[in-house]
Amino acid sequence: MTKGVVKAIIENLVQVEVSGPVAQNEICYIELGSVRLMAEVIKVLGNIAYTQVFESTRGLKPGANVEFTKHMLEVKLGPGMLSKSYDGLQNDLNKMEGVFLQRGDYTDPLDEDSVWDFTPILKAGDRVSGGDWLGSVPESWISHKIMVPFALEGEYTIKSIVDKGNYKLTDTIATLTDEDGNEIEVNMIQRWPVKIPIRSYKEKPRPFKLLETGVRTLDTLNPMVEGGTGFIPGPFGAGKTVLQHSISKNAEADLIIFAACGERANEVVEIFVEFPQLDDPRTGRKLMERTIIICNTSNMPVAAREASVYTAMTIAEYYRNMGLRVLLLADSTSRWAQALREMSNRMEELPGPDAFPMDLTAIVSNFYARAGYVYLNNGETGSITFIGTVSPAGGNLKEPVTESTKKAARCFYALSQSRADSKRYPAVDPIESYSKYLEYTEVVQYLNENIKSDWVDSVLFTKDMLLRGREAQEQINILGDDGVPLSYHDRYWKSELLDRVILQQDAFDDVDASTPMKRQEYMLKLVLDLCEKDFVFESFEEVMPYYMKIVNVLRQMNYVKFQSTEFDGYLEDLHKIVEERSAN
Amino acid sequence: MATQAFQKIYTKLNQITKATCSVKATGVGSEELATVGGRLAQVVKIVEDEITLQVFAGTEGIGTDAEVIFFGKAPTLKVGTELAGRFFNAYGDPIDGGPEIDGIEVEIGGPSVNPVRREQPSELIATGIAGIDLNNTLVTGQKIPFFADPDQPYNEVMAMVALRAQSDKIILGGMGLTNDDYLFYKHAFENAGVIDRIISFMNTTEDPTVERLLVPDMALTAAEYFAAEHNEKVLVLLTDMTLYCDALSIVSNRMDQIPSKDSMPGSLYSDLAKLYEKAVQFPEGGSITIIAVTTLSGGDITHAIPDNTGYITEGQLFLKRDTDISKTVVDPFRSLSRLKQLVIGTETREDHPQVMNTAVRLYADAANAKTKLENGFDLSDYDERVLEFAKEYSHDILAIDVNIDTDTMLDIAWELFQKYMKKEEIGIRDDLMNIYWKKE
Repeated sequence: MTKGVVKAIIENLVQVEVSGPVAQNEICYIELGSVRLMAEVIKVLGNIAYTQVFESTRGLKPGANVEFTKHMLEVKLGPGMLSKSYDGLQNDLNKMEGVFLQRGDYTDPLDEDSVWDFTPILKAGDRVSGGDWLGSVPESWISHKIMVPFALEGEYTIKSIVDKGNYKLTDTIATLTDEDGNEIEVNMIQRWPVKIPIRSYKEKPRPFKLLETGVRTLDTLNPMVEGGTGFIPGPFGAGKTVLQHSISKNAEADLIIFAACGERANEVVEIFVEFPQLDDPRTGRKLMERTIIICNTSNMPVAAREASVYTAMTIAEYYRNMGLRVLLLADSTSRWAQALREMSNRMEELPGPDAFPMDLTAIVSNFYARAGYVYLNNGETGSITFIGTVSPAGGNLKEPVTESTKKAARCFYALSQSRADSKRYPAVDPIESYSKYLEYTEVVQYLNENIKSDWVDSVLFTKDMLLRGREAQEQINILGDDGVPLSYHDRYWKSELLDRVILQQDAFDDVDASTPMKRQEYMLKLVLDLCEKDFVFESFEEVMPYYMKIVNVLRQMNYVKFQSTEFDGYLEDLHKIVEERSAN
Repeated sequence: MATQAFQKIYTKLNQITKATCSVKATGVGSEELATVGGRLAQVVKIVEDEITLQVFAGTEGIGTDAEVIFFGKAPTLKVGTELAGRFFNAYGDPIDGGPEIDGIEVEIGGPSVNPVRREQPSELIATGIAGIDLNNTLVTGQKIPFFADPDQPYNEVMAMVALRAQSDKIILGGMGLTNDDYLFYKHAFENAGVIDRIISFMNTTEDPTVERLLVPDMALTAAEYFAAEHNEKVLVLLTDMTLYCDALSIVSNRMDQIPSKDSMPGSLYSDLAKLYEKAVQFPEGGSITIIAVTTLSGGDITHAIPDNTGYITEGQLFLKRDTDISKTVVDPFRSLSRLKQLVIGTETREDHPQVMNTAVRLYADAANAKTKLENGFDLSDYDERVLEFAKEYSHDILAIDVNIDTDTMLDIAWELFQKYMKKEEIGIRDDLMNIYWKKE
């Protein structure tokens, strides 16, 4: 082991004089009295290693001893991670004692003594490579696959594998032999460096399957796909977090990993409190049972914030390799970029735009590229869908983090301040936002086959209606209510129907919070049929009250159970209102 | 802070800038406190035996032979129940002529609360101000700033909120407060007879600028003592955070750091978050609620200070002069309390969320109607009615001098709805309409 001695301290940047070889990104521990502070090498100059300490360095003195570990920042992977809450370095927060976080308190992310019911999938003599499924254990409702360690390169033969039965995490469950006959013992735990993608899969095709989120403005207008990437930029108060929470509650995913990266602690507490109560509509279990939280709130050390998104991504990749659909949410990637900026600044690197490091775009792109839909070695599929939020400084989308992310992410859900101000939630701007996936022929085909034969055409028509409505509104604002033809009012209010009934959604109402695709299809058709109807008006003053009546009935429908008697009652009311002014 | 016996004294400074100086010394720890020529200073950088110190009161008149004495510890505050009713400076030394505090010495800026040990804030803080209670309900453990222009009466409003809110302790952290404002707070608290609940840490414009960097940490350390050790409900008032950030930028500039947006240090977000995130609801019932003031320049909230603040705090409050009623109101459009969802409709009456949204929507329609009127367009019947509605809504509910409970606010709102609006213009869920809408 290489040892070193602290030479210089500038906040959490510590220079260490080393006596042997060190690697970039190697982890070391700095002694400070009785505690050991974890740090990562971020630059080496001669025999001085520059390290960023993941904790406060208060009281640290030159001369303190440092011990290097020979490995990079790793996560420990194995059964038992579901429903856990970790910090950015994968310490189990629940295992820490006391109300306050203590420096140097590192806890085991897994429960090493826990016992799991192992069922072998492969048998002795089978040829395997990294990521292959040796067997499985039930973890909550997931069949957790015990895999050949990803770190093993090349082909191996299973020499022996244990029978079905209960085993501890640390018990050997299989012995592998490599080409040269060396034996490797495998237990249920494996480790992986967070900054390196896990690539134990066969191929990564273009994603094509819709990922339902229950949020209408996403699913209907700008759909997200399994294995897709998207980002939500928006000024503060525009509802980024509420939107991410709604997605995490209702998305059609097997597993949600939530990286609370440099955001408010109370928002994480909301998940801690709500998720164990909320039912997962698909499994009937509690939402918490399909959730892992990586939590590095804004007051926790900055360097660990940078690590937290990688920790989350690596855990996502691990579960993806079991053939699961993983949804990874990061709130917010801007905080991660700021952590990069703070370190770059302390290292006195030449700054890029807004003092961010020059390679920001590359870092962001590499990270987004780790998402995707994959075919595993055994033909099964798995996916990581990644949605990050971005908190642009001053709400201005022309800032480095937003611009870098725009180059990497395929869906863009722009939250607009003016929509938020007029309480049009979710404040996703229907005109600015886009989903590149609507251009994928695979996706179009999938949507038309699985929802309705002309679904994508209806969606594009909806977008046109919204755009035309906005243009009409601008004309009305410029020329005045009576300065434009009556048809402008009609056009504007038809787009308002779409906006108020389809796009706006009450995230805090039990029924309206999540809309299944079938109901979305039904409501969109209902509203589009109204949009295609001609109504008779004498003057522009009649237009708004009439459409408001329609909106009112349709919104009441949104609040009640789909196709219930109340729902049908409102439908009848609607037909009566439509008759009043119907031209045909 | 007196020097102790057997401390090594260094007397050879080899560099002096406006706010920092450096000295060769050994055995010194990061963030350690020291005195330079009798002035308090803190270690900010150590390169081998070269120690850079930030001198809080500035380096004017410091000679290269000034005595440097290291304390062997980070800045501390002595905490105890005797803190109550006392006024201190930025170092935690009494400025009210009273005795020194004889309490436990704790480091300021201590560790953060483990997120899994936090409780979800759930206790409503009633202020009697509708712009807050009705539209932007505050909750214990919340952190929220007033974004105010310098000419707005933010100190008065904050004092009013502090006095009306039910809390066990009010801790005032004043940064760059003018002496006049300091006296205003002092008198407001004295007149209300609550001086024994007040603790004040004060850096006025008469004190050195960099000293104010200690004020929020001092205030919050005292708050943590009362909230965590005594399970009390503590309200922390921080004014003015913009001046605190200015001090941060001065220091970072002197340390040759590359500035990011608006010449603020790149770490501004983390620096502010470390303070605001001290707001917490403890499991044993104690809580720290932070109400701060961030002054804006020309109402610009895209400036780095309000912008970073907005991303950290749980909402923000804006004041606005409503010229129709000639009174100050809490702006219903731009203000937001993110934690209101935790209490409205559950702690308060069930119709609260929908009434709140409807009233604000109508108020927005009134604003649009006003724009139409200004542009010389004719108003529709609806426009006329919402204008009337907005005026009464503003006068009877929103105005900051109105002091009524939430149920009364809701009742008045329903009265106004029925007075000016038609049933279908309200858009409230039918089950609530059936209860509260009395008109046919």
